Amino acid sequence: MADEVSCLKAQLSEREEEILALKRKLARLEKSHTSVLKLHDKVTNLEPLPAKASLCNEDIMRYSRQLLLPELSVQGQLRLSKTSVLVVGCGGLGCPLAQYLAAAGIGRLGLLDYDEVELSNLHRQVLHGEESQGQAKALSAAGAVRRLNSTVECVPYHLQLSSENAMQLLQQYDIVADCSDNVPTRYLVNDACVLSGKPLVSASALRMEGQLTVYNYRGGPCYRCLYPRPPPPETVTNCSDGGVLGVVPGIMGCLQALEVLKIASGQGSSCGQQLVIFDAQDTRFRSIRLRPKQAGCAVCGENPTVTQLVDYESLCGSAATDKCRRLNLLSRDQRITVQDYKSILDNGVSHLLLDVRPLVEVDICHLPFSVNIPLSSLEERKCEHIRLLQERIRQLKEQMAGDCRPAVYVICKLGNDSQKAVQVLEKMSGSDVDEITAKDICGGLMAWAQKIDPSFPQY
Amino acid sequence: MESPLPLQSLRVGGAELLFDGVKEHQVTLPSQSEPWDMKQLLVWIQRNLLKERPELFVQGDSVRPGILVLINDADWELMGELEYQLQDQDNVVFISTLHGG
Repeated sequence: MADEVSCLKAQLSEREEEILALKRKLARLEKSHTSVLKLHDKVTNLEPLPAKASLCNEDIMRYSRQLLLPELSVQGQLRLSKTSVLVVGCGGLGCPLAQYLAAAGIGRLGLLDYDEVELSNLHRQVLHGEESQGQAKALSAAGAVRRLNSTVECVPYHLQLSSENAMQLLQQYDIVADCSDNVPTRYLVNDACVLSGKPLVSASALRMEGQLTVYNYRGGPCYRCLYPRPPPPETVTNCSDGGVLGVVPGIMGCLQALEVLKIASGQGSSCGQQLVIFDAQDTRFRSIRLRPKQAGCAVCGENPTVTQLVDYESLCGSAATDKCRRLNLLSRDQRITVQDYKSILDNGVSHLLLDVRPLVEVDICHLPFSVNIPLSSLEERKCEHIRLLQERIRQLKEQMAGDCRPAVYVICKLGNDSQKAVQVLEKMSGSDVDEITAKDICGGLMAWAQKIDPSFPQY
Repeated sequence: MESPLPLQSLRVGGAELLFDGVKEHQVTLPSQSEPWDMKQLLVWIQRNLLKERPELFVQGDSVRPGILVLINDADWELMGELEYQLQDQDNVVFISTLHGG
């Protein structure tokens, strides 16, 4: 009798546990499927993040491998769960950063990006998938992060960070990560961090190089202490012009995650007065000792002149985006459209088509009848290229009846470098080469692909 | 009579897009009675290493905004910037600030 009772009791408690587990599973599923991620198109004030007193059993299992580290421990894990981090830019840096912060159990992640997912993002922006093309990056990133860890609160912002909204937004977060891709945003984020007293974990990447520093942290320098004046816009290269190997921002974004986690968990970052440089070609890291906070700094110095946010696009002379700029260097009669050029081809008018892109881009795609001389070679008057140009112009002249000037049409990717090349050619005309009429093709090969030949590749 | 200062040999690196794609130059500066300082080195680099477009490297008598100068892996601000007197075997690197992400 007694045996039977205890056996039944045991079975009952087993069943009860099973029911509890099923209920938990159901609640989790319902939570992740019914609550739709709300995309914020403006900054609103969020509820304060609730403080966790202890870890639940599921937390303990999920984070067990990092709880074992004395550097983190339960106390550090609880601090992570109380920390909110704003990720400015959900691209090549922001994706791995958000991924590791969510995996590690950060409390709240603000994910900000004004842009939508494009096919050319996927090689480095690893939270977005093929099916997310056209979707807001902030929403796509938030969805991916929630699939990874539904206990992290995600706030996706589909908006451009600006002088108007930055202070209200940053005040609601404990740590800010600059994962942006342009100069004005970097100055804006820095100033907003200084004015609201937030540490700024900043990284950048281009081609095969990366850089990382923590600004405005424990009395260290801010971005402006290091770079009091913005660079001339023509010296700034973006990823869509210069290219970037996807894993390079991936590594830098992971380093940002490391510094954020150390700051959030109370271990502290050692990058407050240090620049870490990653040379991906030689697989080498260098740590550079930086200047201290500057007494004369315009925003964090002793007598700051910047006491509220300013107009950063005009400060930097460029737009707060990494999209390519459209230059307008030539007069209307020095330019032709792709449609004009198509009819020149169709009518068999003698001309020379000069492609002024770098060789690496010509290898991606080119028009079969074009002659390639990169803009830099023209500007430097490289001998072998000048000889090639002279030769082709002479041949053209021989083909042409009468003594009109040979026509040279210049093309590049988007129609910026081709305008610069026309200006160089005009200086060369009549001296380095015979007299020519040089015109550029508006919009370049990308306009050709969009308007004339849809089978021509775009990049 | 004072003996002339030994020739100064330096490594100059970074900004390879300006320096013909070469990451690091081993440079020997001509001997002169006073030690070389950074201000003189910038002029020398402009004349001897940079062939084109000096405006991408210098502005006034210093480097243009957006270039960070490192002397032996330290920010040159810690070393006296333009007044820093170069030592034999110094390592001078010009870092272009990156903005992409």
